[in-house]
Amino acid sequence: MVLAVDETAALEIRGLRKQYDNGTLALDGVDLTVEQGDFFALLGPNGAGKSTTIGVICSLVNKSAGQVKIHNVDIDENFPLAKQYLGVVPQEFNFNQFEKVFDIVVTQAGYYGVPLEVAKERAEYYLKKLGLWEKRDDRSRLLSGGMKRRLMIARALVHDPKLLILDEPTAGVDIELRRSMWDFLIELNEQGTTIILTTHYLEEAESLCRNIAIIDRGKIIEQGDLKSLVAKLDKQSFLLDVDQVPTDLSACGTEQISLSVLDEKTLQLDVAQGAPLNEVFLALNQQGIQVLSMKNKTNRLEEMFVLLTQGSSTAQDQGTTL
Amino acid sequence: MSQNSNTNPDKALVSMQRVSWIALQTIVIKEVRRYMRIWVQTLIPPAITMALYFVIFGSMIGSRIGEMGGFSYIQYIVPGLIMMSVITNSYANVASSFFSSKFQRNVEELTVSPTPNVIILIGYVIGGVSRGILVGCIVTIVACFFTPLPVPNVLLMFVVLIATATLFALAGFVNALFASKFDDISIIPTFVLTPLTYLGGVFYSLSLLPEFWQYVSMINPVVYMVNAFRYSLLGISDVNVYVALGMIAFFTALLFYVALTLLNRGKGLRA
Repeated sequence: MVLAVDETAALEIRGLRKQYDNGTLALDGVDLTVEQGDFFALLGPNGAGKSTTIGVICSLVNKSAGQVKIHNVDIDENFPLAKQYLGVVPQEFNFNQFEKVFDIVVTQAGYYGVPLEVAKERAEYYLKKLGLWEKRDDRSRLLSGGMKRRLMIARALVHDPKLLILDEPTAGVDIELRRSMWDFLIELNEQGTTIILTTHYLEEAESLCRNIAIIDRGKIIEQGDLKSLVAKLDKQSFLLDVDQVPTDLSACGTEQISLSVLDEKTLQLDVAQGAPLNEVFLALNQQGIQVLSMKNKTNRLEEMFVLLTQGSSTAQDQGTTL
Repeated sequence: MSQNSNTNPDKALVSMQRVSWIALQTIVIKEVRRYMRIWVQTLIPPAITMALYFVIFGSMIGSRIGEMGGFSYIQYIVPGLIMMSVITNSYANVASSFFSSKFQRNVEELTVSPTPNVIILIGYVIGGVSRGILVGCIVTIVACFFTPLPVPNVLLMFVVLIATATLFALAGFVNALFASKFDDISIIPTFVLTPLTYLGGVFYSLSLLPEFWQYVSMINPVVYMVNAFRYSLLGISDVNVYVALGMIAFFTALLFYVALTLLNRGKGLRA
């Protein structure tokens, strides 16, 4: 990975508040730091404040209070300069449906002061990289959903931003394409671009990101490196595919591990953090039961997410949207 | 590839003057490309409409009206009709283009970029002015098929043409900022712009009006534009040309200030 020259955070948010005109409090004192070179996920249930936070960072939403710095540039002091560091891939398609693919990317480069010839070179590079070069002369409305999403990524990268923010970048994208987009984002991150993404796919965050923050009802309720946060979980659940269920279930469990039968071929193990599984397998073996396969019931990040955001549905009911 | 720019925090940064200049060119090119792409909707209709005005009001009815201000009726109305095309098209271009960008949300391409608001405003206004002038030229060429135009003051003609187009492009921008649906960008042209234009001395001399209505007409900014333009083309005017230029300058400055203030506040653009 390329080492950054300056040591300032790529993004620093302090006490960010946003109250909409209708009185809805979308952000209630958000504090967030994303270091340079990080691959960072901002997670939260619908209406938690993810998109509002991103909206404030890229000047689509006026903040009510607080401070936002992008590469140490305060957006209240010099927003145009701060914006030069920033590339944004919004959640919804927001390009001109009647423009050609190539023109959309080149025009965006112009808004960042990239000379036309350089803009054309970069547009070609990113359109090829994202598999859109063959479609360069097509009107954007003719593209498929996945292509439109890739077009938005190419458009966000054409001025070589140091901080790329992606709001639900793989929503509605098929698995194959999602994997190729992940590879592309990993490559980009390895070249030094700081990436922040919001996603509903927790598997995506767990696969890509080193650090995460979980936002709920306008507040950051957890922030840190993914491995440490997941390690905080006090329980994991596993599913075992077996050739038959044990006759004496209680004999297989321990003080820290409980077993339950889901169906005639599946057992569920609820395991306390750090408890060894050997005794369970030994007991199953003694009863002549073969374990054919084993997997996590849900991914660990998902378990933590649900644990932390329990009750968020109430917030949605109260209309905490965006 | 340009990814290397990430190694140096300042290398990727472009001076704001450079950003502004390139962004301005980009917006203008985009705007011109937009109305040229749909030239059948943007450039041809004004030519056809004005040709009909020349035929009906100039040749057919005008021959029965006789002279006005020392010129044939068709000659008298040509400057006003050209001005009407310029006003309508510069206004409509900015109002519809900027509102469409808002509606499709691709205006966010601009608002997330470092392009300063003043450049966004100037870029859209130049786009509107260029269409207004282009349509003005087309209508002038059409007019030349019906009647000769002496044009005693070419410089004044261009000044009035550009200033008027600028003023109404700015007005179109303000309209687009306030608009939340497509109806909103047709209400002002229908209920404000058209009456002001038709009552702005395009088809008649103010001296034909009763004294009271002559005074009332003086609060109509279109009166000053039409008469200043008529002066440049025919050498006659119902108002003092310097006063007319002053009024155009005043309204342009006022609308520029209003449009920029609204844009800085994010009116219609930011939640």
